[in-house]
Amino acid sequence: MTHLLELDDVSVTYVTAGGDVPAVRGVSLSVAAGEVVGVAGESGCGKSTVAATILRLQPPSARVTGRVLFEGEDVQTMKWGALRALRWAGASMVFQGALHSLNPVQRVGAQISEPIRLHEPDLSDKKVETRVGELLEQVGLPRQRARAYPHQLSGGQRQRVMIAMALACRPRLIVADEPTTALDVMVQAQVLHVLQGLVSDLDVGLLMISHDLSVLADLCDRIAVMYAGRVVEHGPADKVFADPLHPYAGALSASFPRIGDVAARYAPAGLPGDPPDPAELPSGCSFHPRCPKRFDDCDKVAPELRSDGTSRAAACLLVEPR
Amino acid sequence: MTILGRADYGRGGESQEDNLDSASSGRHGTYGRYLLGRCLGSLGSLAFMLLLSFFLFRVLPGDPARTLGRGRFTTPEQLDEFKRTYGLDQPLPQQFLTFLQNTLSGDLGISLRYRVPVSDLILDRMWPTILLVGTSTILAGAIGIWLGVRGAWERGSKFDKVSTGGSLTLYSMPEWWLGLLFIAVFAVGWGPIPGLFPTGGLHSIDAEPGTISGVLDTIWHLFLPVLTLTLAYLADYALIMRSSLLDELGEDYLTTARAKGLRDVQVRNRHAVRNALLPTTTVVALSLGFVVTGAITIETVFSIPGLGLLATEALTVPDYWVLQGTFLVASFAVILANLAANLVYGLLDPRVRT
Repeated sequence: MTHLLELDDVSVTYVTAGGDVPAVRGVSLSVAAGEVVGVAGESGCGKSTVAATILRLQPPSARVTGRVLFEGEDVQTMKWGALRALRWAGASMVFQGALHSLNPVQRVGAQISEPIRLHEPDLSDKKVETRVGELLEQVGLPRQRARAYPHQLSGGQRQRVMIAMALACRPRLIVADEPTTALDVMVQAQVLHVLQGLVSDLDVGLLMISHDLSVLADLCDRIAVMYAGRVVEHGPADKVFADPLHPYAGALSASFPRIGDVAARYAPAGLPGDPPDPAELPSGCSFHPRCPKRFDDCDKVAPELRSDGTSRAAACLLVEPR
Repeated sequence: MTILGRADYGRGGESQEDNLDSASSGRHGTYGRYLLGRCLGSLGSLAFMLLLSFFLFRVLPGDPARTLGRGRFTTPEQLDEFKRTYGLDQPLPQQFLTFLQNTLSGDLGISLRYRVPVSDLILDRMWPTILLVGTSTILAGAIGIWLGVRGAWERGSKFDKVSTGGSLTLYSMPEWWLGLLFIAVFAVGWGPIPGLFPTGGLHSIDAEPGTISGVLDTIWHLFLPVLTLTLAYLADYALIMRSSLLDELGEDYLTTARAKGLRDVQVRNRHAVRNALLPTTTVVALSLGFVVTGAITIETVFSIPGLGLLATEALTVPDYWVLQGTFLVASFAVILANLAANLVYGLLDPRVRT
């Protein structure tokens, strides 16, 4: 089975005056049609950089190695014309922070119709307008909202507009980069509900990036947990959330209070320390300075992502290959 | 630092972003209401300007009649006669009312020097200035914006370095000095370069106005002054456009535009430049307000009979009513341009309307 999206050993290094900064180190990931895959991790772990490589949107100062295959073709090396045709029509994105991702001086209708006119230039104005109206209704907004400017909409409405825009050219893959950050919990739930409904209705692949493991656990089929530019755990969503193998995934999961667990409600378990500076990574396992379960070899040996023999894998010396 | 500071012109709209959600439901600002508010504001400025121009000259120490007469009157009768003619024997509030009435009906007094109505004089002298400064502003705006856009989009390139360096050089150069340089080189002639252009004036003595040769003659006369002013104004626009476009380059909506599959040039023109134009528009529109008086030095250097030259001439006499008239016209133009800047800004940026 060929995957819709396949990242094969992708590394991204930002070349700066102060030296090379490895933001992503050897990430492999795949998304099939109709599948929802989550990428979790703290700020600065490289998850947004991974998302940017999918449409070759990384800044020019970034050096990308490995292969980013969309329907078997390498996005990073394809011709500009082919890339422009792929952008939005093949794979589209829902960016974080819809206020800044929408052009402040254009009506949202014009912004939604822009990619439609670009990728389907033969469509009449009337049909484009009808499509924009349908898209807005699909995400639960009245079609008259097309005439609003971004600043006239609330945060949740703007994020819905972003989702409507992402659906405009009927893409096969949607990459959602923190689509619910900066929204309050109720609106977040609504937006996630909209996304979930669309994925099952339209059979598109969804790569969902979030720092919120609980959101991903609800929505995704599989989850990859990233730390310091690497995937440290990968497996079915419910298993990763409920019974994590990697100590970091365990800490992420434990930081959400569980219903019924009174003790956790008053003191959700945190993880002391900060993620490492990508320019100065610790030796051995990058997580060892913060790891509650570290032992002698952790600062010497960098563990590979190893399968535990089932559908799961983790990069930790404690995980025994079965 | 001024250059960087100017890039913030008209950014006031952004502070409104915080209370967007309250504005989102129902209370849609209409352009009509915005327009009305701005017009009322301009009327207020206008009233203040009239008040100021009346009292400015009257609060100065010394008897206006003596100051104006400059010792021309030998007898007290002559002084009284002068005072009566110009209404200076009336109480101040009465004088102000008369001043208002006259000014609003277009009567700006009689020139002491030319013995013709000041309004006629100003109307007569306005056109050369508008022609000179208007042409230069439009040329400088178009070229400057183009330079700024290209420089910012290809920042760090050779083009950017040359255009920014050139702009800064022109920005720091006094315009009258540049004008004198052009006169020395292209009008008088220097070394192998012959004198190609006239040293000053608006047209030749034998030119017939209204004919094609007359128009060409005026263009020939205006070439050097327009070139000087265009170069002098250019830097302003190029630097402002460059810095406001650089501000936009990191914005997320440009990534969105790229992700949609737009070409680089479409991303630039449809999204980046459209937003970066906002501060630049304000600056261009405001500088249009100085069209009537903006070029005092250049008009003097090139002896162009415009408003600027009229004002400097009036200063030496001193021709009080001409000075007051040019002051009024200049302030009025600035207020008008300010209003225009606000209205255009309101059209371009939906955020300021709410």
